[in-house]
Amino acid sequence: MTAKHSRPTSPHLQVYKLPLTGIISISHRITGVLLSAGLLLVVMLFYALSQGEGTYAAMQSTVNFWLVKLIYWGFIYALFFHLCHGVRHLFWDVGDGFEPDKLNKYAKIELAAAFTLTLATWIFI
Amino acid sequence: MINKLAIFGNGATKSATWHWLMQRITAVILIPLSFQLIVFLNLCMTAPFQQTVAWLKSPLNTICIEVWLLAVFYHSAIGLQVVIEDYVANQELQVKLIKVINLSFLFLAVAALFFIFRIM
Repeated sequence: MTAKHSRPTSPHLQVYKLPLTGIISISHRITGVLLSAGLLLVVMLFYALSQGEGTYAAMQSTVNFWLVKLIYWGFIYALFFHLCHGVRHLFWDVGDGFEPDKLNKYAKIELAAAFTLTLATWIFI
Repeated sequence: MINKLAIFGNGATKSATWHWLMQRITAVILIPLSFQLIVFLNLCMTAPFQQTVAWLKSPLNTICIEVWLLAVFYHSAIGLQVVIEDYVANQELQVKLIKVINLSFLFLAVAALFFIFRIM
């Protein structure tokens, strides 16, 4: 028992402060799952379109509620974040960018790129 | 030759490699198509019915959105499978959940395509 107590324990997620790269890694998963749930909403969108003008108008008045709009832009940011980190996964797949300083640098670039793309979407589209 | 064909079968390791590869291929396909999707979503949020339908009816847009649908549902199903495999310890439940996800995503993809054909 005493020997067991003196052994180092693995970093439990509740007490272990994740580095930026760790936060981004789990965020990639979380956004992936959330975006999958968002697919349901996209299918509903196609349903509304197929039902004609009345259903489409009803759908539009719902999505123009501020809370729904906020969720919509949350989804857009999640999509861009998932896309940017996904691109980095593709770089990792070819064996590039594993050095610690590069990992942290690219983590910040990803977050900024996702934010910039969301902002650009908001301004230009 | 048999080994190469086996990736289409049920061999656990072979299908894992296949999934890994397809996850990457669909990811690359989805990068440009995501921008097309956002244009479409924005139209749905703001544009009048006729304009959105006209945009969707343009052949290039139809193809882009349909390919996006197929790629995204496949990409999503493979991704969720990995998440389920990592966090659901109960083997039986794990297999069942993956089957449920796969079947419902197949259903959703077919439904979405069906709705688009009705718009055309």
